[in-house]
Amino acid sequence: MAKPLKETIKEIIRTHLKKKRGIVMGQCLTAVGWVGGTLPELYEKDGMIELSMADVAGGGIVVGAALMGKKPIYIIRYQGFNWYNAPMIVNYACKSKEIWKVPCPMLIRGIGMEGGIGPVAGSSHHSIYFRMPGITIFSPMTPGEYKFMYNYFIKNEDVIYASEHRSSFENTKELPDRLNDKCDIIIFAISITRFEVTKVKNILKKQNITVGIANIFWIKPFKIKNSWLEKLKTSKYGGLVLDDDYDSGIAKSIANDLSLKSGKRIFTIGLKNKSAGFSKQTDNLPPNSIEIVKKVNSIIHLLAKNK
Amino acid sequence: MLSLNQKINIFKTASLCRNFEEETFKHSKEKRIKVPIYLSAGQEYISSTISNLIKELKIKPLIFPQHRCHSIYLSFGGDINKLIQELLGSDKGCTNGMGGSASIHSKKINMFGHDGHMGTQAPIGVGACFSTKKPTVVFLGDASAEEDYVLAALGWASTKKLPIVFVIEDNNLSILTEKKIRRNWQMHDVGKAFKIQSFDIKDSPDEIYKHKNKFFKQPLLLNINTNRLFWHSGAGQDSLKTFDRYKVEMKKLGKKAEDIDQINKNKIEKLWQNHLKKQLKK
Repeated sequence: MAKPLKETIKEIIRTHLKKKRGIVMGQCLTAVGWVGGTLPELYEKDGMIELSMADVAGGGIVVGAALMGKKPIYIIRYQGFNWYNAPMIVNYACKSKEIWKVPCPMLIRGIGMEGGIGPVAGSSHHSIYFRMPGITIFSPMTPGEYKFMYNYFIKNEDVIYASEHRSSFENTKELPDRLNDKCDIIIFAISITRFEVTKVKNILKKQNITVGIANIFWIKPFKIKNSWLEKLKTSKYGGLVLDDDYDSGIAKSIANDLSLKSGKRIFTIGLKNKSAGFSKQTDNLPPNSIEIVKKVNSIIHLLAKNK
Repeated sequence: MLSLNQKINIFKTASLCRNFEEETFKHSKEKRIKVPIYLSAGQEYISSTISNLIKELKIKPLIFPQHRCHSIYLSFGGDINKLIQELLGSDKGCTNGMGGSASIHSKKINMFGHDGHMGTQAPIGVGACFSTKKPTVVFLGDASAEEDYVLAALGWASTKKLPIVFVIEDNNLSILTEKKIRRNWQMHDVGKAFKIQSFDIKDSPDEIYKHKNKFFKQPLLLNINTNRLFWHSGAGQDSLKTFDRYKVEMKKLGKKAEDIDQINKNKIEKLWQNHLKKQLKK
């Protein structure tokens, strides 16, 4: 049986510490749960470094280790905490190679989750990094993607943000694009929304709407695959970008790039423009299959009306 | 007590810094320098003394400066020609024309450029020190030391017992706002609260040297009271009455120091003229 993603991450972390002589830094790493089961049971003597609870300084301390070529992996247990952790990463590590010709390679594991965890901790916040220069962003949801990303980190000198999601940790399968010969609409999915989109495809098939699925794993620099462009150009209704972050960020930026290249209208759906509360009624969750189907139907309706 | 030889060596370094800053002041005022300038004249006895002290220990530390860093760069042996080129915006400058006055950098002397966010050098320096265990010096101003992440970095350096020295160049001013308006606490008290050996001292070489045997054994914080002769940024002077450590030490050392000062003055004038001529030719 294939290993779940969390086991792949754990193996990679073990290799990084034991064979690559790298370091892993973060808060409460060695506590119960070992960050969703993604860390091996190793300690400071092995290179697993517990930082204090000072988020802003913590980010800077890891940048200092990166500047010394230690290739640190920095774990941010909830992506919302990036609002405090990111300043020195984006303003020092990401600019160091350009300004001082000194690379500052580090891998930031930002872990998303949601469901009753309130206004800060929930969801993905990868758009914070997206607008700044000098960063590479991946959102690995499968074991193969995680291995690819880690190898890239080892072979290059980039500052990498890995937008992870706890709900993907049990995943054992790869998620290839599913682009039929003739698609009515192409859905570009990021992060956890990639698991929802298959349900959407099946529901819409029953309505005689053919959906193509394009998986966005490598977010920045964003490269449009030829197969995506080809299918977009021949699609009836263009595309829809799904994200687990607010849509006024990566989703709209990617939609704009896709639209300019393909000449098609590209829509977006992400988190709603509101703060999340802790209760079920007040939460702000990523778009689910029902909401996505509704959005696709509204796009078709709108474009049919405008014809 | 320092020997005369030690005092002369420190003065030589300080003299290089002072004359560099005075010449830079002139070219900034006359608009030959186009980048914003942060002059360290008046404070140069700190970096001059610290660099000579560390040299005597036969240690080449990692250096994390702040934005007012010309004297730090020169004191630790940074290339003066490359600094002039940097201030003139040349790609041959020590930071390839990207660093201006505030973000200068030198691989040769292990000096890592500052990004412009006050105080970030503290956590970044702590991280560098922790991951390499190399002796490290972090320079801060009395204002940047107030940044919340600086305090957190002090705490972690203490927890990990790092071989690091935090030097606070305390000129009592944040732009022109005095310390007493901004806070009712002192940095050496904060350091002590974090279980760091911390001292509030003057910028005299004798006072700084009293702590020589504490360097790089465990975290050390020196809040060194000093004076900034020129404006926060650019070529201007707040007061002509400001206490000037350099002039006091020169007077104490007499003719020998005056000669060193004159030699450096002539040398630096010439260097600037050469670089300005080259720039005009372009």
